[in-house]
Amino acid sequence: MSVSVRIDECNGCADCVPSCPYGAISMEGGSAVVSAECTMCGACVEVCPQNAIEMPQSEPADSDTASGHGIWVFAEQRNGEIASVVYELLEAGRKLADKIGEELGAVLLGKGIAGAADKLIGCGADKVFLLDDTQFEYYRDDHFTAAIAALVRAYRPNIFLFGATTNGRSLAPRLAARLQTGLTADCTELDIDVDRKLLLQTRPALGGNIMATIICQYRRPQMATVRPKVFPRAEYDPGRKGEVVAPEIALTDVDTRVNIVGAVTEASDAMRLDEADIVVAGGRGLGSAENYRLVEELAALLGGATAASRAIVDEGWAPYASQVGQTGKTITPKLYIACGISGAVQHLIGMRSAATIVAINKNPEAPIFSVAHYGIVGDVVEVLTEMIKTLKKLK
Amino acid sequence: MDYFLTEEQQMLRELARTIAVEKIAPIAAELDEKEIFPRELLQVMADSDLFRVFVPEEYGGLGMGAMGNCLVMEEISKACAGVAVTYAASGLGICPLLLFGSEEQKEKYLPALASGEKLAAFALTEAEAGSDAANIRTTATADGDEFILNGTKQWITNGGEADVYIVIAMTDKAKGVRGASAFIVEKGTPGFSFGKKEKKMGIRASATSELIFEDCRIPRENLLGRRGTGYIVAMRTLDRTRPGVGAQAVGIAQGAMEVALRYARERVQFGQPISSFQAIQHMLADMATQIEAARALVYSAARFIDSGAKEFSKEASMAKLFASDTAMKVTVDAVQIMGGSGYMRDYPVEKMMRDAKITQIYEGTNQIQRNVIALELIKESVKQ
Amino acid sequence: MRIIVCIKQVPDTAEVKINRETNTLIREGVPSIINPFDLHALEEGIRIREKHGGTVTALTMGPAQAGEALREAVALGADDAVLLSDRAFAGADTLATAYTLAKAAEKIGFDLILCGRQAIDGDTAQVGPGMAECLAIPHVTCIRRLAVTETEKFRVERMTDDGYETLEVKGPALFTVIREINTPRLPSLRGMLRAKKMAFEPWTAATINAEAERIGLSGSPTWVVKVFNPPLPDGQGEVWQGDSAENAAKLIAVLRERQFV
Repeated sequence: MSVSVRIDECNGCADCVPSCPYGAISMEGGSAVVSAECTMCGACVEVCPQNAIEMPQSEPADSDTASGHGIWVFAEQRNGEIASVVYELLEAGRKLADKIGEELGAVLLGKGIAGAADKLIGCGADKVFLLDDTQFEYYRDDHFTAAIAALVRAYRPNIFLFGATTNGRSLAPRLAARLQTGLTADCTELDIDVDRKLLLQTRPALGGNIMATIICQYRRPQMATVRPKVFPRAEYDPGRKGEVVAPEIALTDVDTRVNIVGAVTEASDAMRLDEADIVVAGGRGLGSAENYRLVEELAALLGGATAASRAIVDEGWAPYASQVGQTGKTITPKLYIACGISGAVQHLIGMRSAATIVAINKNPEAPIFSVAHYGIVGDVVEVLTEMIKTLKKLK
Repeated sequence: MDYFLTEEQQMLRELARTIAVEKIAPIAAELDEKEIFPRELLQVMADSDLFRVFVPEEYGGLGMGAMGNCLVMEEISKACAGVAVTYAASGLGICPLLLFGSEEQKEKYLPALASGEKLAAFALTEAEAGSDAANIRTTATADGDEFILNGTKQWITNGGEADVYIVIAMTDKAKGVRGASAFIVEKGTPGFSFGKKEKKMGIRASATSELIFEDCRIPRENLLGRRGTGYIVAMRTLDRTRPGVGAQAVGIAQGAMEVALRYARERVQFGQPISSFQAIQHMLADMATQIEAARALVYSAARFIDSGAKEFSKEASMAKLFASDTAMKVTVDAVQIMGGSGYMRDYPVEKMMRDAKITQIYEGTNQIQRNVIALELIKESVKQ
Repeated sequence: MRIIVCIKQVPDTAEVKINRETNTLIREGVPSIINPFDLHALEEGIRIREKHGGTVTALTMGPAQAGEALREAVALGADDAVLLSDRAFAGADTLATAYTLAKAAEKIGFDLILCGRQAIDGDTAQVGPGMAECLAIPHVTCIRRLAVTETEKFRVERMTDDGYETLEVKGPALFTVIREINTPRLPSLRGMLRAKKMAFEPWTAATINAEAERIGLSGSPTWVVKVFNPPLPDGQGEVWQGDSAENAAKLIAVLRERQFV
């Protein structure tokens, strides 16, 4: 299976050839030819100036296609506290629900968490599906998957959103496989095709180098996970009214194959980075592991947290907990100072929403300068040393 | 340039290169500065089976011969000559076992050496016996079913770190050149201790020290080869490993040239990269040409040895001589091209220059190599 | 212990560049590598085998070229490898991929399945859990430590959003690993020589008895309808060149003005 080229419309310009990350396109007899290496990522479809390349469509497996009602949000909670991403999901979910005139529901599992339902309603949920039981006190894949699958089968929502948290990324795929439906990860944009009530799920692909919009046309619910800090939070309105539903879901045969034996909270760096107003980040331009201490020193002087690009985390100059970007954290500090970071797409995804971005890099062409509000072209070690000197004098 | 390596040789070179680039190069400067013995790197090399290269398959090796050894040496030396000589010196200890060991001795020592679990060393040189190798004073006196060793060996690579030592000692002083024998001595044997670690100009990651024998008793079975064949063991061993030193020199030179070339392209003076100046271009051209010639000679000698040749002293000496002289010249020129930067320890070439010097000295000084080559030439000429 | 490690051959996405003028991907010179997370999974599998005995089988789904990744896995220490390759598998999204890999795993037989947390091209982290569901076995994602306690029982440390938790899992089970779990070894010569001699007969849909509607494009509920370049920001910031000391001072002055200092 591969994309297909409409030979009549192909003008032989060969723009598609270099766009394919898998080298699957070549020119033969003046037209583009696609080989078996094609993975249908769609990169060429966009590039073709003649719109001569198309993605194959599959036939619906069954006729039960367009049914499903309501938009649900998984209200992940830990120790009784709702995860902050849930409020972002409610905001996004509310907008989508309003567009298609359907209800927004929140699915809340836990022990003794009935009180949290109010918060969810206040932030936009019309209904809260509450499962309050000892077996849901701590997150466990087996129990949560079974319970939520039962809920889905009973109420048949159209769309189901999850936060792309560690638990969310464990639960959603297992649930999707159980329900045999489609799931899109790490969506950065969500929109809806009002006529078909199709969720348009946009996310970074190919390691963040391109963006793809994905749909799940014939299966329900349409599932998606959303990265934290990408969407704005819903505002709490204490006057909002909603309903709390406590369905009777019989869960007898859940085999407890996984037992939690201990849990450790490592406050420090990970949390600080998420909440910090000021973040100083280091990248490969620092040159060596020793130079990362300049980043630490500057952060300490400014009262901020430290962060790192993937490149230097891979080198071991900084811990994974401080990684910002595609496979690290997404943060929205008030001030982000990027030191020796080139600004590859994978990194920008993690910090472009910072209110003020400062970049220091010796390469004037570095992409980081296109997002920076203030940029210094120069040797990052020199600039940092000078900044630290100046700040110390001010104290 | 195609060196016509077999697929297996290419694999070997790729693997050695990966280890050199990913594991050795990043810490080479630190190893040099702090004179750290590269234990962890040796383990990485052992885990990747590099110590199996020159050991035949029947003893746990991969039997890739002198050529295999040269390929590894070249790649490792590009990153750090000190790590390379540590690896090579173990080979220098393994070689006599391969050539002259009894089945029992081979089975006892080779598997652990091939797996890299243990390291070897070779001890010939003494304070009074450098080029004049026949002048050794260390004695091995037969006493019942033991030999008693007395004496001191000097400047032994892997001294103190190796587990297995091949030691050349005098068993019959009166017989002169035919009075020396080779012995296997294990670290920890009572009466066997080590002097201080030497402070060297270069190859500082490598451990070089004295071996001290004070009434050191070793079992009779540890005699390697027949009594009285000590110098034959030594000479045959050195002949066989000489191309490896040549390969080390080629690696050092190649590494230095690449650094200098990259620098020359980036360094701008008088509004141009210095690589556009003829003076620099000529230096680079000469460096590259000499390196290719040295490499060709080293590979030729190695392949000749692997082909089963009986006599190869001349070829091995030529390879070592030419390659080491080339390495010295190339590294000096590399520093020159890089000017003031080349002189600074922030850049790798000054280390390469310090490392290169020893290749002209050890495993037979280049003066001795010239003697060997000349004598072989004359011998051949006489035969005709 | 029979260990299966799922690996994927991916383009080295960190090396993919965008041609700023034509806004297209520059594909030339982007090497294919084993997904870095999978290297950690493979290393862990080999360590478990070294400690407890058993076999490690590398499993991949892809075009014929993916055989190279399997060869590399064997060179690193896997005992054998299975290549799932069939035109019918193409176009698979994560659900179809998880199903296909699960059917192969069933055929191979296993006590433990290890996967990397996510592939650096798709970055979904969905195949591991999906595969576990298809096999009806428990799974734990993002593990940074794995130990085998009694036979059939595993003890793992799982990274959470604010720390980690320790779990005991009844086997057979599937785990996805993160980089912290180990440092992958380099290939060994003996491994490379072994791998060179191996031929990988592709397993097709028929080999694994796969249902046609659950594999490839037919088995994929999701598909891409549009691909576009990430929007380039407008770059309206100020960029200062010249003397670093001056610029540093200037920046501090700006930060003071904005009350960051």
